[in-house]
Amino acid sequence: MIPLSNFLIVGAILFSLGIVGLFLNRKNVIVILMCVELMLLAVNINFAAFSHYLGDLGGQIMVFFVLTVAASEVAIGLAILVAYYRQRRSIAVEDINTLQG
Amino acid sequence: MIEIGFFYLFAGMAVFAALGVILSANTMYSAMWLILCFFNASGLFFLLDAEFLGIVLILIYVGAVMVLFMFVVMMLEVNQAQKREGWLNYLPVGGMIALILFVELVAASTSGIFSTGEMAMASHLGAEVNNTVEIGKILYTEYLLGFEIAAIILLVALVGAIVLTLRERKDAKYQDISKQVKVRKEDRLRKVSM
Repeated sequence: MIPLSNFLIVGAILFSLGIVGLFLNRKNVIVILMCVELMLLAVNINFAAFSHYLGDLGGQIMVFFVLTVAASEVAIGLAILVAYYRQRRSIAVEDINTLQG
Repeated sequence: MIEIGFFYLFAGMAVFAALGVILSANTMYSAMWLILCFFNASGLFFLLDAEFLGIVLILIYVGAVMVLFMFVVMMLEVNQAQKREGWLNYLPVGGMIALILFVELVAASTSGIFSTGEMAMASHLGAEVNNTVEIGKILYTEYLLGFEIAAIILLVALVGAIVLTLRERKDAKYQDISKQVKVRKEDRLRKVSM
């Protein structure tokens, strides 16, 4: 029998790696989006683990909704990226400074 | 015993693949590593009796989202050498934030709160329990409103992605429907006397 904390630790490792990836790949927006996907996956693993160990299917429904939102987020994010690349011929984060942010 | 072995296999491979995602120099390799990570996470879902979600993770993520990522990676021309320059500058601050968060999460999950009572002895469901049927029963009754909102979110994302990337070409020939409807016989028909 696998204890619940093992699954939680896997989720914590994946989430932390996602954060490190955000900082390491600051030049490439596509990899940043992938790191966000990694962090959402870690959250999904935690939801599924709690759902199993508490005997409540609500956690799995939440994973379903997180999947939905993550899929639409990727679709919109990549569409913005393609539209931006057509304008500027670059997707480096440093070049995205039109709004002086 | 074999279950613990599979858990360490899937968990180790998932972490290894996540390292590959954040460390590979080529964006396409990152996408490939992320696919491996999703496959192993789906294995973890199977160990947690969430068979439907395991299949859905492969279908949606590997089958749709990662293919979308790969199309965009192939469409955009990214300068790899410029991308990597100075990439370790941010490691200290990012690594420190991630490390603090990781230590906190591990301390919380191993504190013993999650290993007491019913959570310590959760057992696998019998083979006669169908995970998909159970999810369907609860999704279409208790969570019906959330399900419909999710459908609307997907529709809005679909329309939004099309609107954002739609490009009007100047040289292409378009139909003008109102002009077509408004046309009269005199505009097109000309009688000539032979």
